[in-house]
Amino acid sequence: MARAEFVAVVKRECETCKMVGAVLGTLKRNTAGLALYCQDDPAFPEEAGGALDDRSLEQSWKHRVDIVPTLIRMEGGREVARTEGWNRADWARLTGIADIGKDLPPARPGCGSITMDPGMPERLALKFGDLKLASRPIGVGELEDPHEVAYERGWSDGLPVIPPTDLRIARMLGGTTRKPAEILGLIPPNLAECTVEKAAINAVMAGCRPEYFPVVLATIEAALKPEFSMHGLLATLWFSGPVVIVNGPVTRRIGMNWAGNALGQGNRANASIGRALQLVIRNVGGGRPQEIDRSILGNPGKYTFCFAEDETDPDWVPLNLARGHACGSSTVTLFHGDGVHGVCDQRSRDPESLSRSLALTLWSVCHPKLAQWSHAILVLSPDHYAIYKQAGWGRQEIEAGLWQALKRPGRDLIQGAGGVPEGIDPSRAGELVDKFHPGGLLVVRAGAIGGLFSAVIGGWTAQRRASEVQVVSQEIGT
Amino acid sequence: MTQEGYVMRDPTAETAAAQRERLAPPPDLGKATIGLLCISKERSEEFLDTLAERLGERGLEVLRFAKPTHTKPAPEAVLADIVERCDVVVEGLAD
Repeated sequence: MARAEFVAVVKRECETCKMVGAVLGTLKRNTAGLALYCQDDPAFPEEAGGALDDRSLEQSWKHRVDIVPTLIRMEGGREVARTEGWNRADWARLTGIADIGKDLPPARPGCGSITMDPGMPERLALKFGDLKLASRPIGVGELEDPHEVAYERGWSDGLPVIPPTDLRIARMLGGTTRKPAEILGLIPPNLAECTVEKAAINAVMAGCRPEYFPVVLATIEAALKPEFSMHGLLATLWFSGPVVIVNGPVTRRIGMNWAGNALGQGNRANASIGRALQLVIRNVGGGRPQEIDRSILGNPGKYTFCFAEDETDPDWVPLNLARGHACGSSTVTLFHGDGVHGVCDQRSRDPESLSRSLALTLWSVCHPKLAQWSHAILVLSPDHYAIYKQAGWGRQEIEAGLWQALKRPGRDLIQGAGGVPEGIDPSRAGELVDKFHPGGLLVVRAGAIGGLFSAVIGGWTAQRRASEVQVVSQEIGT
Repeated sequence: MTQEGYVMRDPTAETAAAQRERLAPPPDLGKATIGLLCISKERSEEFLDTLAERLGERGLEVLRFAKPTHTKPAPEAVLADIVERCDVVVEGLAD
């Protein structure tokens, strides 16, 4: 059997470490190889004549110490056993000294290692680990403000960004199991490679917390699906930008908002996830307004447009399940949206009349006389949904009811009808015309009670090419 | 001089070290082959037909190209064809 050696790690600011000071002194005197490290004071423990200085925490980090005191038994340079805190039986087994610490209580829990202080694991991983960031370092001058440097370099969408320092990036990367060098895809318009690290940098700048990062990664991957046509969405003259709808347990876990003001400001996850995608397009892809982004007017949702669906009603089939994802999965769904249009209906009391009423506003998407030119999201508020639910209508019935209500005689829509030159082709005058292509209306639940208002989010005019431009979904990984 | 080593990491693709200069327009269109790229948006062809007619009246050589859809970038093959055969290209937008 190889000769046993020991590594012990303590800190003065730990009562249990103070209690085992004499035990460690005995161990040091009676064993050939005890490497005793102290995280905060090399003079401690006095009973052992002090310890090796580990205020840098290098040894603590290398030995993956979470709790102090930690006693590790090594054989041939390799760890074979460890114990955390004080447990006389464990210490006796590890050291082979049957009566070790016989005057001490049988057990006492330890304290947290300084390596586990908030932010410390990432700091130590950067200093001592194999996390090496590949992105170009940008030094900030002594008299410069990092926020202003970010503006000057064109990294901002107009709002301040969080400076992407190594520590913040390392923390963001801690939110995923994926490797920093992994390539997510080519970001339009410049078709530049986007690594997980570049995504993390932009997520930092957008204001994301590390636990949002898997959602950001899924959002980027969804946007890069060819059928989403992110390049075209960026370059379009139209108002639209990516709208991100998040479903599943992740929405609760990271504290997203599907309730009051779900489409508005005030929730960090909603705000920063949508913004992270836009910053990736801007910074990695090089897509900027008045350059490749040719939008005539844009819309405020191009800063960020991300919200969660209300899944609190077990009778409701959430959007991701309706799109074929498994129950309990967390997903993002991306739509090409142009902004929020409110619908007020305070008089409908049955599902048929409410459907007809909502359809009136849905017809206004893009233009009231154009059909199958752009799609839409209907964000159904709790009070409007209650009318459907009371009548026993769920997703399937609501979608079918709206589909029927969204048919209009072609003669009312053709070019010139009603004295308006815009409209559908005159050859369709005799048809009963659908507003959307099949599947072109997404129904999502969100919002607070207290108002018989719902919202319509209009789509992108290129959705008229239904086979080329499609809504996409992506499961959120780890 | 940086403040205590305050360093940020570049969030861009790091491809823009130098700004690319636009190519200077040819001094004389007399011998240039002109490509007209239709982006396949409504009335793009109508616009480019008119342009081709006007250029033809001036005795210029005109070649026609098209993207399959305006919603996506031009395929590599179309771009390569233009690069190989044309000196000047006009990309046609219309609505």
